[in-house]
Amino acid sequence: MIPTPDISHLKKSDYEHVYEPAEDTFLLLDALEQDMEQLREIQPLVCLEIGSGSGCVSAFITKILGPSSTLFLCTDINRFAADATRATGKQNKVPLEPVLASLASPLSSRLRRAVDILLFNPPYVPTIPDEADDAQTGAGIQGSWAGGNGGMQITDTFLQTVERLLSTKGRFYLVAVKDNDIPGIRARMLGDYGLKSEITLHRRAGREHLFVLMFHR
Amino acid sequence: MVRLITHNLLACHVKGCTSNNFPLAFKDVQIELREAEMNPDFLRGFLPKIDWNALVGAARELGDTSLPAETPEMIDEEFLQTLHHVLLEIHVEEGTMTCPNCAHVYPISNGIPNMLLAEHEIG
Ligand SMILES: C[S@@+](CC[C@H](N)C(=O)[O-])C[C@H]1O[C@@H](n2cnc3c(N)ncnc32)[C@H](O)[C@@H]1O
Repeated sequence: MIPTPDISHLKKSDYEHVYEPAEDTFLLLDALEQDMEQLREIQPLVCLEIGSGSGCVSAFITKILGPSSTLFLCTDINRFAADATRATGKQNKVPLEPVLASLASPLSSRLRRAVDILLFNPPYVPTIPDEADDAQTGAGIQGSWAGGNGGMQITDTFLQTVERLLSTKGRFYLVAVKDNDIPGIRARMLGDYGLKSEITLHRRAGREHLFVLMFHR
Repeated sequence: MVRLITHNLLACHVKGCTSNNFPLAFKDVQIELREAEMNPDFLRGFLPKIDWNALVGAARELGDTSLPAETPEMIDEEFLQTLHHVLLEIHVEEGTMTCPNCAHVYPISNGIPNMLLAEHEIG
């Protein structure tokens, strides 16, 4: 069992600005733990988490892979999230590298086909498009969940860059909910980019039916 | 933690700024040195991903001239030690990074590079 990262340094007041690890976060952790052996086998050099929030997921995968064998990059649009990710790295003595950025924008030209593990637990809740736009511009806590049309506005933008980022042995783990139209996402990724996928885990949590999808070449 | 390994992967992404937009130039930096566990396999694996000129230049900007101008043919223990230190142990905590092409300035604060752009700058 890989221990859940220590996030006791984050307080209630931090979670006014930063997404508090919840069922979706823990489902992603479980999916990574389930694939632990395969993840180690590909000897990843670069791991990139989009939307790292508290930093809990990246800190967890660092424990799976070891702190010195991989570069752990994290982006988020929310500056409190980037600070929290840095603090979580410190707290768990793992070298997380937070960058304030939208998706992988400033990294994508240099990381062409170079990312071995790509992670994204995105803002997936369906909202009116304006709400998602405002949340992206505001870069506050609303940006953790406001997903626009079908909850896919932010995810869809990112999906367009995944194929360019993934290394030949790369794996992309994405959290999604039923409302996001999972068969549709998988069909588009296969049809448009030739990326295959599997549903590695799913779970009902209250009203949400959560999934972890894994894409690869 | 803007370490040189991360700096070597960051390019300017302002709308229309697509050539000569890398490497970003450091200015007014405050640095901290922190020891990190050395992993020779990681360094050997990562070496082909490094833009060597960018790394040598960035290290010089931070006052470190220990790297050879070109990657040596023989990757020995001593070279890996040097590379490890430059890539992973120098942390830029405060300062700025400027695009060599469009002169956009990206601030670094509390060790975190702010690569966010205003809406009209997004491509
Ligand atoms: C559901 S939360 C997940 C946080 C954390 N990874 C976890 O699993 O607990 C979504 C995160 O994505 C971030 N985010 C939203 N839009 C983003 C964008 N365009 N680029 C990068 N991060 C974004 C939010 O700020 C938030 O931290």
